[in-house]
Amino acid sequence: MAEPKTKYDRQLRIWGEQGQTALEKASICLLNCGPTGSETLKNLVLGGIGSITVVDGSKVENGDLGNNFMVSESSLGQPKAKCVCAFLQELNDAVKAKFIEEHPVTLIETNPSFFSQFTLVVATQLVEDSMVKLDRICRDANVMLIFARSYGLSGFVRISVKEHAVIESKPDHFLDDLRLNNPWPELKEFTENIDLDTSDPVAHKHTPYILILVKMAKEWAKGHSGRLPSTREEKREFKELIKSKMIALDEDNYKEAIEASFKVFASRGISSNLTRILDDTCSEVESSSSDFWVMVAALKEFIANEGGGEAPLEGSIPDMTSSTELYVNLQKLYQAKAEADILVVEQRVRDILKKIGRDPYSISKAVIKSFCKNARKLTVCRYKLIEEEFNSPILPEMQKYLTDEEYSVAVGFYILLRAVDRFSANYNTFPGQFDGAMDEDISRLKTTAVSLLSDLGCNGSTLTEDLINEMCRYGAAELHAVAAYIGGLITRQFVPMRGTFIFNGIDHKSQLLSL
Amino acid sequence: MADATTQQSSRSRDLDKLLLRPGHLVGPAFEPGTELRDDLQKYVRILVVGAGGLGCELLKDLALSGFKNLEVIDMDRIEVSNLNRQFLFRLEDVGKPKAEVAAKRVMERVSGVNIVPHFCRIEDKELEFYSEFSIIVLGLDSIEARSYINAVACGFLEYDSNDNPQEQTMKPMVDGGTEGFKGHARVILPGMTPCFECTIWLFPPQVKFPLCTLAETPRTAAHCIEYAHLIKWDEVHSGKSFDPDNPEHMQWVYLEAAKRAELFGIPGVTYSLTQGVVKNIIPAIASTNAIISAACALETLKIASGCSKTLSNYLTYNGVEGLHTKVTEFVKDKDCLVCGPGILIELDTSVTLKMFIDLVEDHPKLLVSGASVTHRGKNLYMQAPPVLEEMTRSNLSLPLFELMDKFPKGVVHVTGTAGKGDNRQSCLRKLRVAFKGVDGITDTDMAGGA
Repeated sequence: MAEPKTKYDRQLRIWGEQGQTALEKASICLLNCGPTGSETLKNLVLGGIGSITVVDGSKVENGDLGNNFMVSESSLGQPKAKCVCAFLQELNDAVKAKFIEEHPVTLIETNPSFFSQFTLVVATQLVEDSMVKLDRICRDANVMLIFARSYGLSGFVRISVKEHAVIESKPDHFLDDLRLNNPWPELKEFTENIDLDTSDPVAHKHTPYILILVKMAKEWAKGHSGRLPSTREEKREFKELIKSKMIALDEDNYKEAIEASFKVFASRGISSNLTRILDDTCSEVESSSSDFWVMVAALKEFIANEGGGEAPLEGSIPDMTSSTELYVNLQKLYQAKAEADILVVEQRVRDILKKIGRDPYSISKAVIKSFCKNARKLTVCRYKLIEEEFNSPILPEMQKYLTDEEYSVAVGFYILLRAVDRFSANYNTFPGQFDGAMDEDISRLKTTAVSLLSDLGCNGSTLTEDLINEMCRYGAAELHAVAAYIGGLITRQFVPMRGTFIFNGIDHKSQLLSL
Repeated sequence: MADATTQQSSRSRDLDKLLLRPGHLVGPAFEPGTELRDDLQKYVRILVVGAGGLGCELLKDLALSGFKNLEVIDMDRIEVSNLNRQFLFRLEDVGKPKAEVAAKRVMERVSGVNIVPHFCRIEDKELEFYSEFSIIVLGLDSIEARSYINAVACGFLEYDSNDNPQEQTMKPMVDGGTEGFKGHARVILPGMTPCFECTIWLFPPQVKFPLCTLAETPRTAAHCIEYAHLIKWDEVHSGKSFDPDNPEHMQWVYLEAAKRAELFGIPGVTYSLTQGVVKNIIPAIASTNAIISAACALETLKIASGCSKTLSNYLTYNGVEGLHTKVTEFVKDKDCLVCGPGILIELDTSVTLKMFIDLVEDHPKLLVSGASVTHRGKNLYMQAPPVLEEMTRSNLSLPLFELMDKFPKGVVHVTGTAGKGDNRQSCLRKLRVAFKGVDGITDTDMAGGA
């Protein structure tokens, strides 16, 4: 076996040891191992997922050889689950792989408790009726569920779980936590000992912009009865003020200060996003609360008390022009404040745990630390039951999509992907599955789609003939490239997608629908 | 054992739905039928450039999208850190050429597909090699390599006398790229949609640390590492060049960087970070590669068959937070040096090839040095290899007009290196040459026969 650190090097650089450990602990169940399901698992197995269980009751046919890489000529006539499982095992011997030769629909009907053993169930190519049933089972067992479907040049992905709380969301663009307009005492004191008007040109051009901005913000506030620049004119003046302090043209630190001045203008305190989480009823914790909500409760107390309206300090600073000494000292200053904040939150977590009758040390320091560092970025995702979405989608959204050109194909596919399931429930075949009955199928699918739209309360909305025709042309085909795309999507994300993702393989104008 | 029912379905069961049935949302030249399916298998030849994370996926996806004639080119050998995503490779393959192993593995699993591997640099191939393919699909991680292939493919494009691109000379490209959770897929139809060079601004140059920061005011772990890598190494190992693939060299840089970090009180130098900084490692995961490759393979199928509209023309994918995809229709730069009609150079019929080369190398827009010249696939002068140089040297004193068979106008390709210092890279430029004082009546011949 290869040294895992080297093998996983390129992904560890993204999600770190902690992410990798979570992945290695996860156990996944795949329902149906056509190309959509197989490709999904391939990506997870390569990444080092803990264990997989492949469930499929079919035997390998010729047609499978044309769209599924995990089966080959020698697999003809054999259980598909067995062949796919064997190939997946070959990709990574660290993964525990097993298969069950059984139709997923049978399992859903006869053995619902089967699903509770998994972290995640990936259900591919199921029709509506089975999806609704499985969704209930997994929701009751608190198992995360992902549905995926490839259908011709269309497809969808939908996550379903009661609640998914993300601590390390690692967003792309997030304002760093520098407290330039709200410095804590130690930072204030540090800044006061710095002379911006030093006569030493080397020191002048190596004063980091953090110090320049904290000073300038203070100076500005003094002259404006405690306020900071807020209008466009004031912001311009503030930048001019910084510029006036330059003593040479090549002072990169001052250029950086002007560029970063927006960080002074940013509002103090916590974001509306975090406020919403703090105000969630789940933050009123009880003995059965999850660790996440226990920490949220502690965070809430911290912000109201020691934090003075701010979340714990993140504790890192970006690179900036500076002397080594000033930069390293600043770095230590930020780190020390972050550590101090963590200690306070930790104590509050312990107290709360005690109060709700749990072991005060049941949440580790490392977890609390990570929680504090990411406090400003916490994300909670909740998902409707799929049945609820199917029966009563958010009507204004649906109507908006139906009339918005950017969404028209995507929402068309959404309706048609559901219509083909109704079609198959009525006629025991998918529209266009067989060559002979194309014209009849097209008109039947149209009728089905119209009645579906009216059931959803979108009377009078129609789909284009072209798209209905296109859907019949697909005839339930599962194309490898589309399957590989869909399979790639559901593999793993930092903050999972919300809503239903509709794949549009015609012009790639895929959309995420919130219904 | 295959029983009777399993024999019934055809291998192209699913693909047939798209290729044999008419539709309303299809490409303009779509002619559904078994002939189309058979032609895709028989006559369409696809080149996959790169056999890494994207290349492995692309070969699999294309092999399962109805293509039977594939070739793949890659100069790299398999490393352990490839195994988390390059699913065609196993631990026992480490050290073997990627192109060869990838081709072998896909052929083992998808019968009837023929994949020819090329274990070499893309610049090592003659231009003619690239002209043989119907579509070129790129799964690369470097801007330079993309730029080169783009210039090669655009170099085949010919314009008629009204500066309209001639469709039969168009070599379509499908380009994919990924970095962590982000990626792009694009379709380049030279002359019609923007080429790589038209939108080169999409790839901002890499930020490098100023040397004075490294030497005087290091602040971050990366500064210490680059100091050890770029400054200290040369001071200590006079003359011996640093090899990023040599673990001993890497270890030395790591230890030096750690020493420097300790001296300045800078935290965070680790061996892993040292590798990341020195080799400029781009993080990579399987799922992004799978998504981008699948989009590229699907576009390749659509371009080749017309079975659906094609992407127009640039898809971006971001899976960091939720999932975002976006299609942008970029516009062509009409003055593009690479995919445009080419820079026009007017010459007297007496100008020799040598004079022409001097002129090209001094041209302010072209910035080419060490120029080799070809005309319609014929080598007029080659700088390397020595055998070819010797063979073509005698042409230098001949008038270019004669070497170009006395046509009043024509297109020549110049290959060489562009840029200065560390930024040097292979380049290919297309030039339109017109000879003064020669009657232009052969214009129409050019359009048809060029």
